[in-house]
Amino acid sequence: MIPSPVNFFFDPMLEATKLGCVRGARRLFRDLNFSLAPGTFMQVTGPNGCGKTSLLRIICGLVTPDEGKVTWQGASIQSLGEEYARRLTYLGHRIGVKEELTSVENLRIASGLTASDLTTSDAREALERIGLAGREDLPARFLSEGQRRRSALARLITGETSLWVLDEVLASLDSAAIKIVESLIERHLDNGGMAIVATHQELHIAAGSFQRLELAS
Amino acid sequence: MNAHPMLSMFRWIVTRDLTLAWRRRADVLSTLFFFVIVVSLFPLGIGPEMRLLQSIAPGVVWVAALLASMLSLNRLFANDYQDGTLEQMLLTPQPLYLVVMGKVLAQWLVSELPLVLIAPLVGVQFGLASNTLVVLFFSLLIGTPILSFIGSIGAALTLGLRGGGVLVALLVLPLYIPVLIFGAGAVDSSIVGIDPMANLYLLSALLVLSVVFAPWAASAALRISLE
Repeated sequence: MIPSPVNFFFDPMLEATKLGCVRGARRLFRDLNFSLAPGTFMQVTGPNGCGKTSLLRIICGLVTPDEGKVTWQGASIQSLGEEYARRLTYLGHRIGVKEELTSVENLRIASGLTASDLTTSDAREALERIGLAGREDLPARFLSEGQRRRSALARLITGETSLWVLDEVLASLDSAAIKIVESLIERHLDNGGMAIVATHQELHIAAGSFQRLELAS
Repeated sequence: MNAHPMLSMFRWIVTRDLTLAWRRRADVLSTLFFFVIVVSLFPLGIGPEMRLLQSIAPGVVWVAALLASMLSLNRLFANDYQDGTLEQMLLTPQPLYLVVMGKVLAQWLVSELPLVLIAPLVGVQFGLASNTLVVLFFSLLIGTPILSFIGSIGAALTLGLRGGGVLVALLVLPLYIPVLIFGAGAVDSSIVGIDPMANLYLLSALLVLSVVFAPWAASAALRISLE
């Protein structure tokens, strides 16, 4: 059945109920509830060590929550497994760019792992859009930190997932790159995607539906 | 070009790891040199006593192969863990089992296969007959993939731990014992003129078991290590 546009935009896709996380002897958060419908942007803020990364890793399914659950279209993400992974792009602190490989190779492998083969010219085009023109064939160890981040961000251009989970995505990016990221997220939301971003900096996103989740320390 | 998504991802994992190994040739060669040198030290230390050398050859070559495979184990997941690519692999839409399988296959091709190929050559130093060298070659050909598979469990379990290298050895070496016994046993029986096939069959059975179960155990261990 094809969902009507109205339902499509208002039915929550991703829902978290009563999430709680304990790391070692420290409780990071409890009773966290939120739900995301297509087109929703959620910004997670809070001081260092308040559990932003832990929350994002729980949303991705990398960490099983100590309390509560995360569901995707009503089914728990743990039971969905790879089916959920197909909908998800995660960019973490450790960005997953191999130093020995060039940006083109990194990008092609990243999309090869999601089983969508990317041609070299498509990869070049994505890297050009992210501002790495002329540096596509340098091994990533010759790139600056910001450029490496850009080359990881190119995954957002080539991927076709509906949920983006981005951890400290703006770290070491210059203002031009931040603009690119903002416009990428906006276009993603316009297409009915969802984005969860943990960041200290303010993002200027024109989103139909904007949520802010503030984690206290 | 539209292969099955699982196959296509498997191919990407293997080519990726082979490319990375090629860009870091020195790491890979060190395993091979370690094996060749350790095996060659024994004839040099013991002197030209053919009978003695022949009787210790199976054990020496096999123990050196075990130790050499330990050396390459900490490279299996640790680098990918540090730069975050392992996290990305956990989030691929394909079973993690296949990721582990691909990585182990690439690791075997890069670190163990050269060792298998050169083993008959270093075996000559021990005065082994040609039919024994053939048995040595096949015992290593069947046995070393088992080492890689079992080792992947240890490498996954100790990921991100301090002193992981020593811990891997403590975890994995006891599990290598059956492989050592049947592998060296095959070569031994060929030296004394008994049919080595029984040992090789048992080794093959171990290989089948490890292909089926080790990637599964290693993926479970990876999920725990990355929590």
